[in-house]
Amino acid sequence: MIFERLKFAAVAALSGLLLSSSFSAHAQFRVEVSGMGRAQIPIAFSNMRGEDVSPQKIAAIVQADLERSGQFRALSAGKVIDETERPEFNDIRQKGADALFTGSVNRLSDGRFDLRVRVWDSVKAQDLGAVSFVVVAGDLRLAAHRISDFVYEKLTGEKGVFSTRIAYVTKANGRYNLWVADSDGENAQSALASPEPIISPSWSPSGMQLAYVSFESRKPVVYVHDVSTGKRRLVANFRGSNSAPAWSTDGRSLAVTLSRDGGSQLFMIDAQGGEPRRLTQSNGIDTEPVFSPDGTAIYFVSDRGGSPQIYRMPAMGGPANRVTFNGTYNISPALSADGRLLAYISRVNGNFKLHVMDLASGNVSAITETNADERPSFAPNSRLIVYATIQDGREALMTTTADGSIKARLSGQGGDIREPNWGPFFNTTR
Amino acid sequence: MKKILLLLSFVAALAGCASGVKLDDVQVEDRAGSSINGNAGAANVSSLNARDVAGLNGNKPGPAGVESIVYFDYDSYSIKPEVQPMLEAHARFLREDRNRKVAIEGHTDERGGREYNLALGQKRSEAVRRALTALGVSDAQMEAVSYGKEKPASTGSDEAAFAKNRRAEIAYR
Repeated sequence: MIFERLKFAAVAALSGLLLSSSFSAHAQFRVEVSGMGRAQIPIAFSNMRGEDVSPQKIAAIVQADLERSGQFRALSAGKVIDETERPEFNDIRQKGADALFTGSVNRLSDGRFDLRVRVWDSVKAQDLGAVSFVVVAGDLRLAAHRISDFVYEKLTGEKGVFSTRIAYVTKANGRYNLWVADSDGENAQSALASPEPIISPSWSPSGMQLAYVSFESRKPVVYVHDVSTGKRRLVANFRGSNSAPAWSTDGRSLAVTLSRDGGSQLFMIDAQGGEPRRLTQSNGIDTEPVFSPDGTAIYFVSDRGGSPQIYRMPAMGGPANRVTFNGTYNISPALSADGRLLAYISRVNGNFKLHVMDLASGNVSAITETNADERPSFAPNSRLIVYATIQDGREALMTTTADGSIKARLSGQGGDIREPNWGPFFNTTR
Repeated sequence: MKKILLLLSFVAALAGCASGVKLDDVQVEDRAGSSINGNAGAANVSSLNARDVAGLNGNKPGPAGVESIVYFDYDSYSIKPEVQPMLEAHARFLREDRNRKVAIEGHTDERGGREYNLALGQKRSEAVRRALTALGVSDAQMEAVSYGKEKPASTGSDEAAFAKNRRAEIAYR
């Protein structure tokens, strides 16, 4: 046990060195609440004892995470309460809070930070549990997201998505960067920098790899990039354009759009590369494939009916059924992990707007007030969607609850931010 | 970079410090089984290695004094008649030297999704390729590709800029 801890400490020290070169951003949380959400849990945040020593505002990160989920309403407890004390619940209840967040931050002699958090049910005056993390400064944000997951799970009974990762692309000063960031857009690490465009990043089901389209060879080609090693391989570099990679649910193959036979058509290709197998045979455009969560179907965009619409076909190819019927431009399908919702972009009066369809009923809701929405992607809990849009004249990323009630702009990067893709839950058992 | 974080249960953490608070009746979660970085690559912040790639630069000269950009109308993928003399000059140039190669790069304006625009740009580049094929250029000399809306010629967001961006460029390689 002691040996194990020493080993971890050594690794932690090393990681501190590596992280010193990583991107550091300051939080600019802005959670915009529009309309009424469903029942939200009111939670009071006490000030964490000793939090001033932390370069990251842990409680604020947790609070923003919970607010962004749309399932919480945050209040201030107005005082310091750490995880060791039994709070005075009358005060908390009078503020209308059903739950209470308490904790402390301590800087250890080796420079690491000891974060401790306890969550209370303030109505029942019941301890819901505590969690602690000892981390180097560079991992404080990730630890805060883990705390958010803990609090979320304690209070909703569901797994949180705050410690999952989002991939996105920035364009700044004529350079393109593919980033892997925390679910709030912060703590971004560059996976690829290029003078040419990068589009369509897509997480593998394991969260270990990203497929994307790079124009670095002056045409679109599909790479698969191992995120932890930085090694990558060309998966589709055929004559013409190669784009729109989408992972099969087993992670072994990718659906891609290739123009090698003329036109843009869907193909399946092994994730290691190799000879593609053609999936569609239309005279028009077939592109933007995405697998249904059960792996049996592919949703995609086709203009075979005269305008771009979303269709559904068997994953092996075969007859396609039209899924969208409103309007003349419906693109960029994304499916929720539970298979119930389809998010997509629809052109309405010349504006491009995020819509969500309940697949069982076919009911469609417009989700946003913005006019240039692009590329929605669901969080793995099916409750949140990240999408690109233009806000204040800049390309920006937003998250929204699937019903559109709670939106937040993700911060963390200068320049134009685009092409988000929400990664999967990680298998953290070892 | 397997395990960066040392995770302590409260019992372990409090064993070494003098705390007057009785925690025996307190529910404790030992999160040691789920490190922050876990074993998943993307979660492993510290080990993400950035790659920096260089682009390819420079086109070779085409026929002297001949335009190399074909413009298209809104939502159109057909070649206007007035472009024909320009395409004939390129076709002549390519027929005279079968070793010359061109990339035909299709582009769109900024409206709509990136992938769908990539497919629309491909329709434009393939229209130019077909026109050159009809003028006797070998398929082996041409590759039709698309940049979609990624490389606008004009960065404005008005119709004048859109018209400049709906194009296919003939680039000698």
